[in-house]
Amino acid sequence: MRYAMAVDTKKCVGCSDCVVACQTENNVPIGYCRDWIVEVTDGTYPQLEIEIRSERCNHCENAPCVRCCPTGASHYSDGGTVLVKKYHCIGCGACIASCPYDARFPHPDGYVDKCTFCLDNRVKKGMDPACVSVCPTKCMYFGDLDDPRSPVSQILKKRKYKTLIPEAGTKPHLYFLI
Amino acid sequence: MREEIITSGRMNPMIDPQLHIWHWHIPLYLFLGGLAAGILFFAALYTILGKEKENPTAVKIAPFITPILLVVGLFALFLDLNHQAYFWRLYTTIRLESPMSWGAWTLMVVTPISFIWCALNIKEIFPRWEWKFKFLYDLDAFFRKHLITMSWILLIFSLILGMYTGILFSAFNARPLWNTSILGPLFLTSGLSTGAAAIILMSKSHEERLRFARIDIMLIGIEMFLIVHMFMGFLASTQVHIEAAGLFLGGPYTTPFWLFVFTLGLAFPAILEVLELRKFKVPYMIAPMLVLMGGLLFRFIIAYAGQASRWLY
Ligand code: SF4
Ligand code: SF4
Repeated sequence: MRYAMAVDTKKCVGCSDCVVACQTENNVPIGYCRDWIVEVTDGTYPQLEIEIRSERCNHCENAPCVRCCPTGASHYSDGGTVLVKKYHCIGCGACIASCPYDARFPHPDGYVDKCTFCLDNRVKKGMDPACVSVCPTKCMYFGDLDDPRSPVSQILKKRKYKTLIPEAGTKPHLYFLI
Repeated sequence: MREEIITSGRMNPMIDPQLHIWHWHIPLYLFLGGLAAGILFFAALYTILGKEKENPTAVKIAPFITPILLVVGLFALFLDLNHQAYFWRLYTTIRLESPMSWGAWTLMVVTPISFIWCALNIKEIFPRWEWKFKFLYDLDAFFRKHLITMSWILLIFSLILGMYTGILFSAFNARPLWNTSILGPLFLTSGLSTGAAAIILMSKSHEERLRFARIDIMLIGIEMFLIVHMFMGFLASTQVHIEAAGLFLGGPYTTPFWLFVFTLGLAFPAILEVLELRKFKVPYMIAPMLVLMGGLLFRFIIAYAGQASRWLY
């Protein structure tokens, strides 16, 4: 099982609903976020191209954060998701410094926090992650890459996609449809 | 033109300082670790070579500050942690992939040896010291008997410790400035050089001072070469590395680095030490003080600049 997510940059309007849904679902402390919206503008007026992305932890297959963690708090969990064990984390920040996507933040309670793909609270109960389920343009697809019938496998078969900084060697599991 | 903005707010060091995760603790910890590694390296080396008599400060006196340096360093590391109540988790796992982990364990080897080393030489500082209990005398005799073995262990682990201070940074591919394997040897050389400087400062023997001045000149030479080599490597590499080097070549760290670290912390003290060897009258304190200051500043600059360097996407 390999969980992955695909975000359609052509459909995303940058409304930030996914950000708020995540904050609500996961009780993210005020002022922090586990996902965020990036707007990229390319070109010179009037020839402008715009790309909007909803970004979060890439649940990398070769995750530098797991490699650098001295205690094993950052670990690979079911379906290749990268999670943090709260009570193993010493808050040293090595994983934050090692993530090329800056996807992690120090939770005010001391440990390090980030996107979990809503693994325990939703996915294991058969639901989609909060951000996916709430998106008004339905631009996100989630599922198991090893299952050819999962929404994410289906859409990746049909559409062109990219990952962010693949040259960092992290093998990200967050795809952007282009 | 390409413009990238984060519209929903995110923990980003450029926008939000929280992600600038390492502050003064880590560079201080690395400086103290490197300095202690340097001092202990020379103590072990001259013990193995049987040259304790010629180098009384290096072997017997200077190591007295190392337990303090190491404990203060570890305390700085502890202060840096956000989840301090779980500090002990660091010592219930060994993860060889994580420099933070094996580095912490290296300290657990070096720190006790540094204490033992001081205990063996305590009569140098307190000539009338007596171990009150018999078992302490036995322990003393035991370690004295195995002094050479212990010195070898110390020699190897002080080198690992010195290297580690650089590898801690170089393991992060997310920060291009740190992601160069030269940082290990570079920080090791810098640690040995600051160690030599500390010995010069403490030494009362003119000959020993000159010997360490000679060693220091050599180390500074290697360090300057490695620094230039590092920037050449960056400039010949990918865009992310070129931009990382740019922080020091015209970017915000140009003056602090080239003026305070490279010139005042390396080149100038090396010149002073050469003059001293040529029998010019220079106050011998100035060069080692500058080396120590340069070493400390060097780690701060690398720690801060590294966190400002990133992949572009
Ligand atoms: S995106 Fe960052 S935090 Fe997430 S798995 Fe990859 S390296 Fe780790
Ligand atoms: S902050 Fe926590 S999860 Fe991150 S590397 Fe340190 S111990 Fe591991």
